[in-house]
Amino acid sequence: MSRNPYVRPISTTTWYMRNGRYKVYVLRELTSFLVMFYSFLTLFALAALATSADRWNAFLASQQSTAMLVFHALALLYFMFFQTFPWFKLAPKAMPVRLGEKKLPDNYIIIGHYVAWVVISAFILWLAGVI
Amino acid sequence: MGTRNLELEVMRYDPEKDKEPWFQSYTVPCNEDWVILDAINYVKDNLDTTLAYRWSCHMMVCGSCGMMVNGEPVLTCKTFVRELPDKVRIEPLENFPIERDLVVVLDDVMQKLHQVQPYIIRKDDPPAENQEYIQSRGKLAIFKQLTMCINCMCCYAACPQYSLNKDFIGPAALALAHRYNRDSRDQGKSERLDILADHDGVWDCSFVGACSEVCPKHVDPAAAIQQMKVDGAVEFWKQKMGIVGDKS
Repeated sequence: MSRNPYVRPISTTTWYMRNGRYKVYVLRELTSFLVMFYSFLTLFALAALATSADRWNAFLASQQSTAMLVFHALALLYFMFFQTFPWFKLAPKAMPVRLGEKKLPDNYIIIGHYVAWVVISAFILWLAGVI
Repeated sequence: MGTRNLELEVMRYDPEKDKEPWFQSYTVPCNEDWVILDAINYVKDNLDTTLAYRWSCHMMVCGSCGMMVNGEPVLTCKTFVRELPDKVRIEPLENFPIERDLVVVLDDVMQKLHQVQPYIIRKDDPPAENQEYIQSRGKLAIFKQLTMCINCMCCYAACPQYSLNKDFIGPAALALAHRYNRDSRDQGKSERLDILADHDGVWDCSFVGACSEVCPKHVDPAAAIQQMKVDGAVEFWKQKMGIVGDKS
């Protein structure tokens, strides 16, 4: 009797269609396109700021159109559903906090993240003069 | 007790005859308290003696009966027939070569488990004669969950990174490494670092979390790997800044 193990082929382009878990993962990874978009947007903003006051004001105006506001709102929601909520939920797993031999309850770590998120967001909005 | 006919679609592969696997259907009259392993045993005992598969304990201890049931990697001794539809597809664990029928080749993972040096490494002298390594309950609790692994390899079957890159050390072996790194008696963390901090170590994991979701023993390898990333990053900066780490 001879050995002849069979290796099942894996599609390198459609592997993530195999189950729901992989699809959610790929949707999460797609946020990298938004990260790329916002990186370029920041570069444009800095370039405008460095060029002239008119260019900077034009940039600000371009971001306040209805289409851009809707886009930013949808991008924020997308990030929240695929990054913020899942990562905050998983934070106690990745970074369990031990006090001596006791473990800090998971909820404390999760709530701590949300509190930090609100405080930092409020600080940025305050810096921007929104609140 | 009622019986229910279950249609099992079982993947078959004879290395001496078949070019590729194919599916064979069996109709199995199942008792409602049966698990899938009982249904497969029924096939072997009553319908087809040629079917090859692994099992031993039938009680979630040996870790031999891991298979894909309707696309999910599970222990078949833990998967109740009553929770499944009338038609069930049984395949060998994904991401492993098929030896025959439902039996897979586990050589790669066995070698990886060995590679992470899963034993206590000491740099200090061992305790004096007739003495033991002392460990408190709290120190044990830090890694006890990770000792629950039964090497069923369902996590490897669920891992998309391992399916795409067979060099990835993978969930069970990394969780095992973390189990020793977190053991207060061990001082071998730095010796395991080269393998774990390598590209095919913890950093190939993108935290899909599938390994932890399918783990029948709730070992949570995904969490272990993320903790190792934090440890690895801390160690990296310690070395960069010339801070000599502790002995472990």
